[in-house]
Amino acid sequence: MSLMLEMSDKALARNIPLSVQVDLTYRCNERCVHCYLDHDDHGEMTTADIKHLLDEMAEAGVFILTFSGGEIFLRKDFFELLEHARNLTFCVKLKTNAILIREREAARLRELAVDSIQISIYSHRPEVHDAITLVPGSLKKSLTAIRFLKSQGLKVTMANVLMTANAQDYPGVQALAKEFGVEYTLDPTITPMMDGDRSILKLGVGQNALHQVFRDPSLVGDADAFCAIAAPPGEDTLNSIPCSAGHTACYVSPYGDVFPCVQFPLPTGNVRQQRFIDIWQYSDRMNEVRSIRLKDLTTCTSCTHVSSCTRCPGLAFMEGNMRGPSSQDCEKSFVRTGVPSANMLSKQRAAANLVQIRALPALATA
Amino acid sequence: MSRLYVARNPQAAARSLDGEMMIMSGRDSTLFTLNRTATILWQSADGTTPLDEIVTRKICPEFEVEAEVALRDAESLARELASHEIMHLSEAPIDISSKRNPLAGDTQ
Repeated sequence: MSLMLEMSDKALARNIPLSVQVDLTYRCNERCVHCYLDHDDHGEMTTADIKHLLDEMAEAGVFILTFSGGEIFLRKDFFELLEHARNLTFCVKLKTNAILIREREAARLRELAVDSIQISIYSHRPEVHDAITLVPGSLKKSLTAIRFLKSQGLKVTMANVLMTANAQDYPGVQALAKEFGVEYTLDPTITPMMDGDRSILKLGVGQNALHQVFRDPSLVGDADAFCAIAAPPGEDTLNSIPCSAGHTACYVSPYGDVFPCVQFPLPTGNVRQQRFIDIWQYSDRMNEVRSIRLKDLTTCTSCTHVSSCTRCPGLAFMEGNMRGPSSQDCEKSFVRTGVPSANMLSKQRAAANLVQIRALPALATA
Repeated sequence: MSRLYVARNPQAAARSLDGEMMIMSGRDSTLFTLNRTATILWQSADGTTPLDEIVTRKICPEFEVEAEVALRDAESLARELASHEIMHLSEAPIDISSKRNPLAGDTQ
């Protein structure tokens, strides 16, 4: 077991929020077609609000702090907040499109000992990347920033969200990452808008592209092992937690709302009204999320994939039930193994019933 | 014999997890955990208090150990932490006026 996993286990046992993502703003200088955020400013936390939150988070035992957005460099107080965070000895990670990072900013990030910077790159082709960000020249600017960051010796990851518009370009981004000497990560999940609007999900890749991804050893290692059907779950698995959301991790929005995760829009309290640690420890909603074990899931417990599925409780929540399945993950399990999930089979049965019901009026008029 | 001074490297990230100190190296993100003695050393490493004083004032009262033995162990520990660049070690006081971790070790 790695030391980080060991510390996560200790944090879990002691109910300590080891890792928190704070979105500093939802404002952005890109307009990515698949983005789940409302970019208008509805009353962001002030500099003082955020510094106070960081003080409380340090006291609560938070170690890994991710600053994300929106575009974090649009906050004029960004470096003031970052410096405050580093004074509190957080391990700071950043998520950014990097458009606003020049030599001076890169040098300051090095000086403040930022742990790593994740930058969204959608394609190696400007016409594809820029058509997703809706900002001409954005790929060139992001890549220039990566050069500045690398010249400072900073750790950079290219994050490649996959959708139909760039489904065939990920090998190009992988090659780009190799050329730049940075890490690469791919995410084939499109997240519904935070207000529940699911229309952007249509941008997601289809099963053929997913199949290609899951069979690509450069992404998954041993493809046969990755795509194998998992053994039936033991008692330990059924008693395990679905993911770290609400257990050792949580998310704070630019407005101070605390959620179990950035993908889990269940409000549990607001740090402008309550102490962070009180929300973490005493929120009924946070404790409800925390109480769920795999054995408590309504449909998934009986599913073949229960022990290997990437089921996201937040996506399940957005479908209507935090204990229910996440259809996007059902589809991934199906594409990966060729075996439909319990949820998919249940929907097929329901659809068959609907066909029968629709046929009845026709019989009546015959 | 010259005295040794130790200072936390402000490039490192640090947090105490229920008394157990986690340190992440600013050089290569390697994660370390410190035992109780090392945690005391880390928390006391302000750059101005000599190592022998840290040992006699903070470590010896906490553990039943002879000062000479404790100092030898603490020096070895400090050198190891310095080799990972999570601590500075010097024969002169270390100016860490630019240090960014006033709360290191004081937080939970």
